[in-house]
Amino acid sequence: MADQIHSTKLQDKIERSVMGMLFMLLILLSVGGLVEIVPLFYLDETMEHNQHPEIVWERGADQKNTPLGEIVATGGWSAGDGIRPYTALELAGREIYIREGCYACHSQMIRPFRDEFERYGHYSLASESMYDHTFQWGSKRTGPDLARVGGKYSDEWHRLHFRDARAVVPESVMPNYPWFDNTPANAGRIARSLRALKTVGVPYTEADIAAASGELQGKTEMDAMIAYLQVLGTMVRFEDKDYRN
Amino acid sequence: METTQVEKYDFDVVRWFSIMAVVYLVIGTLVGVIIAAQLAWPALNFDIAELTFGRLRPLHTNAVIFAFGGSVLMATAYYSVQRTCGVRLWSNKMAWFTFWGWNLIILGAVITLPLGITQGKEYAELAWPIDILIAVVWLAYSFNFFMTVANRKTSHIYVSNWFFMAMMVMITYLHVVNSLAIPVTMWHSFSVFSGVQDAMIQWWYGHNAVGFYLTAGFLGIMYYFVPKQANRPIFSYRLSVIHFWALTFGYVWLGAHHLQYTALPDWTGSLGAAVSLAMIIPSWGGAINGMMTLSGAWDKLRDDYVLRFLIMSLAFYAMSTFEGPVMSVKTVNALSHYTDWTVGHVHSGALGWVAMVAAGALYHMVMKLWSTEMWSAKLVNLHFWLATIGTVVYIVSMWVSGIMQGLMWRDYDEFGTLTYTFVESVAAMHPFYAMRAIGGLIFWAGGAIMLFNVVMTIRQANARRAVSTATANA
Repeated sequence: MADQIHSTKLQDKIERSVMGMLFMLLILLSVGGLVEIVPLFYLDETMEHNQHPEIVWERGADQKNTPLGEIVATGGWSAGDGIRPYTALELAGREIYIREGCYACHSQMIRPFRDEFERYGHYSLASESMYDHTFQWGSKRTGPDLARVGGKYSDEWHRLHFRDARAVVPESVMPNYPWFDNTPANAGRIARSLRALKTVGVPYTEADIAAASGELQGKTEMDAMIAYLQVLGTMVRFEDKDYRN
Repeated sequence: METTQVEKYDFDVVRWFSIMAVVYLVIGTLVGVIIAAQLAWPALNFDIAELTFGRLRPLHTNAVIFAFGGSVLMATAYYSVQRTCGVRLWSNKMAWFTFWGWNLIILGAVITLPLGITQGKEYAELAWPIDILIAVVWLAYSFNFFMTVANRKTSHIYVSNWFFMAMMVMITYLHVVNSLAIPVTMWHSFSVFSGVQDAMIQWWYGHNAVGFYLTAGFLGIMYYFVPKQANRPIFSYRLSVIHFWALTFGYVWLGAHHLQYTALPDWTGSLGAAVSLAMIIPSWGGAINGMMTLSGAWDKLRDDYVLRFLIMSLAFYAMSTFEGPVMSVKTVNALSHYTDWTVGHVHSGALGWVAMVAAGALYHMVMKLWSTEMWSAKLVNLHFWLATIGTVVYIVSMWVSGIMQGLMWRDYDEFGTLTYTFVESVAAMHPFYAMRAIGGLIFWAGGAIMLFNVVMTIRQANARRAVSTATANA
């Protein structure tokens, strides 16, 4: 033994008492989390749309009773018009993205570096994932970042790539997803998904929920997945603005 | 001699948790080897949905963290708390409830994860009904432990128990908050949090699952089993006090360093990185305290293979707790984030520290619990070398591939354009992915040998006991 036992009085007390130890731990272990997490819910600077409300899309007065899928399909929202909830089809695609564990190899979070700007596009904003329950920022790039993959490749390219990744990209190590083509999108569950998201604050309307199942009729998982990928990163217009200093 | 010998402590549940820990070590690392091989040779999923990387990877992480790690933590906690407090478990029945509950959770994971039932949060993928079961079993485990400590015959609570208690409190916080979700169906739900807040909560969870489940808990193991196996008192009481409180207070802050340069506000990431740097001191405090316990008895390493595991684990612990703070420095993180370097870092901790200290503790317990020597000491030594070599091969290949990836992604040619396409970096990884799979396979082989050795030891001990009982009765 290098030294002798010299307890301070407090340490000695804690070591003799289970309740004392429990109490100390309950307090000490909560500090770090409280300091780092709680402010994120109320500090305005956390989300860019608090300074730049125009990056979040608001339904027009004439769109209140139109389902989101129809608004998007008829040009009532187009790329760059601002952050909006996913349509039923896009959300179905997102659920497949999560089911297949895509986040294990693909990030959706572009960092503010020159090389990432040139490779993937403008760095990601916090507000861009404000409707993402759960977030899919990822932690690993075995494959490329997908935060702004929307519009980069054609639907047909994605279709071929999902069926057989190495037919399109010979060096790829991505699995093939041939079952996307012949599995129908989950129309039975989608309305409940929208309802649950509405409960936690995503601004879906009753019209969106009512139309959700219908929007998935006749669609395959492939259609849903491609719809999701094609909208990623396209909601905010970046050409003329800097949203973070 | 009595036919049914009444034991002083409740050890049956410890025996079963120990056996299951070894079984899960072999299974969990086998899944790891399979997915590692898939990254080198993608055809190995045979286009079967349930075998794709994205579905098996959560199975691998859940199997090694919760199935293997959890069984080790429950076995060692139930064992050492009785020995250090001089009393039986507060409730043996409740301990058995945790055994069956925990294995049910693992069964649930094995079924649901390959089916793609997931919440999409790393290391917290399991569906919400399983999450509730985890909370119930974890609270039962914690409550039983705290009550056993409360019943202790000693005046002070021994240091290993502090660490177990810290883990139990923190994991309860983490699991409950990070799993808050709104159910859609029985097997589908959404996190109640979104975007940046969800990300911070997830990495507060993710890093502290490492910090408390895989570090504090396993330090508890270290504080009991290293002095026991070396047959010497812990090097410094004062050091253990300081490093315990510093670790418990500080580790909680580190999660933010997983989100540097992301859309998380800069202050949060920088705060996480600053505290990460400071954490090298308490971490090394623990490593030094463990290693120096051997001062004056280093010769024991020559023939005590179990002690070798424990000391090597501390060496890996010291190394990865140095590497971690380095990687949290912003300039290093800019390079290392999103690359295989992170994967290598995790595995130097998981294989080198967690699995090695667990193997040492499990060998120690198997010999004590069945009152016997290991069936083959040579195989223990072989396991030691396979584990060490496998870990080194694994982490070296990930260092090389990770740093290479990071450098390729940011490389510019003389015309000021990006030198490499992304897929060129994927192709360049192939030899290292193959090497990593081989490193993992070597490590797995060590685990398989351990399982064989443990089974033979138990069979031999049981056969001997049957003979001696028969003679006693005759």
